[in-house]
Amino acid sequence: MMMSKIVRTVSNILVLLVFIFGLYIIMHGHVTPGGGFQGGAVVASGAALIIVAFGSQNVQKRLKEHHLSILESSGALIFIGLAFGGLATIFFYNFLVGSPLFGHVPPSGPNPGDVWTGGVIPLMNVGVGLKVLAGLSAIILVMALTSSGVEVEE
Amino acid sequence: MRKTAAAISLGIVIAFLVASAFLIHPFGQPPSQMDDYIIENSQAETGTNNVVAAVLFDYRGFDTLGEATILFTAVTGVVMLFRARKKGEK
Repeated sequence: MMMSKIVRTVSNILVLLVFIFGLYIIMHGHVTPGGGFQGGAVVASGAALIIVAFGSQNVQKRLKEHHLSILESSGALIFIGLAFGGLATIFFYNFLVGSPLFGHVPPSGPNPGDVWTGGVIPLMNVGVGLKVLAGLSAIILVMALTSSGVEVEE
Repeated sequence: MRKTAAAISLGIVIAFLVASAFLIHPFGQPPSQMDDYIIENSQAETGTNNVVAAVLFDYRGFDTLGEATILFTAVTGVVMLFRARKKGEK
């Protein structure tokens, strides 16, 4: 079930902005309000826009549900792997503060903000963001496919 | 009988409300020192400007792990509900 050409063209342009905004929220989760959960929900809403505009059966030719499942599981593995990485001190210890990777320490109090800070927190945001965007997109895709009468493989 | 039970339970609820109104801690003085500690030290300890992100992913990371598990279980349940069924399977 595909919508009209106007809707398809506009959502083609709009979905790029939605994806960029979602990725921005994920990547700046340790500097500004937001984070993995919120940015993943924004990206999944972009996926919902594409599914509504182009129809779930056309989307399913390019975007398989089990690929989203793999992406979600890898996000969870990134998250819990980083949590285990600090196990030398304590579970969920932030072992990357001061290291070359995301290692800057901001001055105490109000400051302009620096993306290269936070230690494991930006990487955990990426993991959780992957997990949320893939999980919510998989839910939307599977439900849309089932309501349009197609049986999901796997 | 039911009216007496209702009156007694209502009296207990009102007694709790009045007691909590008198026993509440003073305005502006939180009952624990944990929030002051996190606000003062989170930038130095975790290198994060966003204190909420520092609490979510560092100080209370285990809670976020539980949240991620909830999402994983939800996705697994939805995909299991809407999956294709084999012939003869109910």
